Amino acid sequence: MDALQLKRQLITFTELLFREGFLDEQFHQLQQLQDEKNPNFVVEVVSLFFEDSERLLNELAKALDQQNVDYKKVDAHVHQLKGSSSSIGAQRVQRVCIVFRNYCNEKNVEGCLKCLQQLKHEYAIVKTKLEALFSLEQQILAAGG
Amino acid sequence: MGMAAAESQFHVLAVDDSLIDRKLIEKLLKTSSYQVTTVDSGSKALEFLGFREEEEQSSSSDSPSVSSNNHQICPSGVLNFPWNHQEVEVNLIITDYCMPGMTGYDLLKKIKESSSLRNIPVVIMSSENVPSRISRCLEEGAEEFFLKPVQLSDLHRLRHHMMRTKKQEKQENQEEEGESENKAEVQPQSSHQAQQQSNNSSSSSSSSNKRKAMDEGLSPDRTRPRYSNGVTTAV
Repeated sequence: MDALQLKRQLITFTELLFREGFLDEQFHQLQQLQDEKNPNFVVEVVSLFFEDSERLLNELAKALDQQNVDYKKVDAHVHQLKGSSSSIGAQRVQRVCIVFRNYCNEKNVEGCLKCLQQLKHEYAIVKTKLEALFSLEQQILAAGG
Repeated sequence: MGMAAAESQFHVLAVDDSLIDRKLIEKLLKTSSYQVTTVDSGSKALEFLGFREEEEQSSSSDSPSVSSNNHQICPSGVLNFPWNHQEVEVNLIITDYCMPGMTGYDLLKKIKESSSLRNIPVVIMSSENVPSRISRCLEEGAEEFFLKPVQLSDLHRLRHHMMRTKKQEKQENQEEEGESENKAEVQPQSSHQAQQQSNNSSSSSSSSNKRKAMDEGLSPDRTRPRYSNGVTTAV
């Protein structure tokens, strides 16, 4: 595929991600901040998000596995994840975090566990999507675009 | 330091415990042509500012003190900073609200209580739209309250605060009182700071959208900018 076709693919794909709510306007803001001085800005920030999220998801699993769940701790982790997902525009992840925090307030362990599953799911999807997006960008560069 | 200094780059100190958010705010600030230093906690911010509690209490010393025994590198990889605070001029502090240990509000208080630091404008950022939190920060002397994620358009308003402070340093409290005093209760106002609304024509310069604090402790021309009330990510 030549650069032009790849670019079209990228546009279509990106539009889809926005339309389906995987990404929101904040991601677009990130893209706009990228420039020649920081050509990898988006990838760098998103990579931080991946690392952070994986760490937090592990912490959440551990925290919810306790006999006496420390909801404050759980909430703190979710709050962090909500913040970082919001900062990169990972809208679906952010939305699950909001529901999750409500369950924390209610000290509803089942609700929390359900949310954790949902979070893992949404995170996995957005990660795959973003990686595909970055891969397309790389291909475009490689094709001289 | 004449008026020419006002044209040179402003230096912003950004405080946030989240690495992602530090990276973001740094980029936003640099894109807006500010010099940036980021730290990951309120206490590190105070250290960078050369805040010395003992000195503040005696309120006599304004000579720089250099700590030679502290060469910590913040785990996030932030720069080593010079400990001689007189070499480092900070024109604005932008801080996250929710931080472990010292919150952004605590930091704000410490700064406003400090004779040497109180004139530095402080801006608070938060991911949560809590009106009481916002009022509290504005009452305590914060210039602005930004909802996260912070946008480039939000930062456009910072220049005004930094320039005004530079002016103040020239003429101590000589600025006219342009607005009458309002009640201390800050009420939600429409417009402003809506992430979607970046074209608010009455932004920056002192305009009717800003409110004055009634608090005697604050300088007369300190204004209370509007803050967001309508933008909620349904919590």
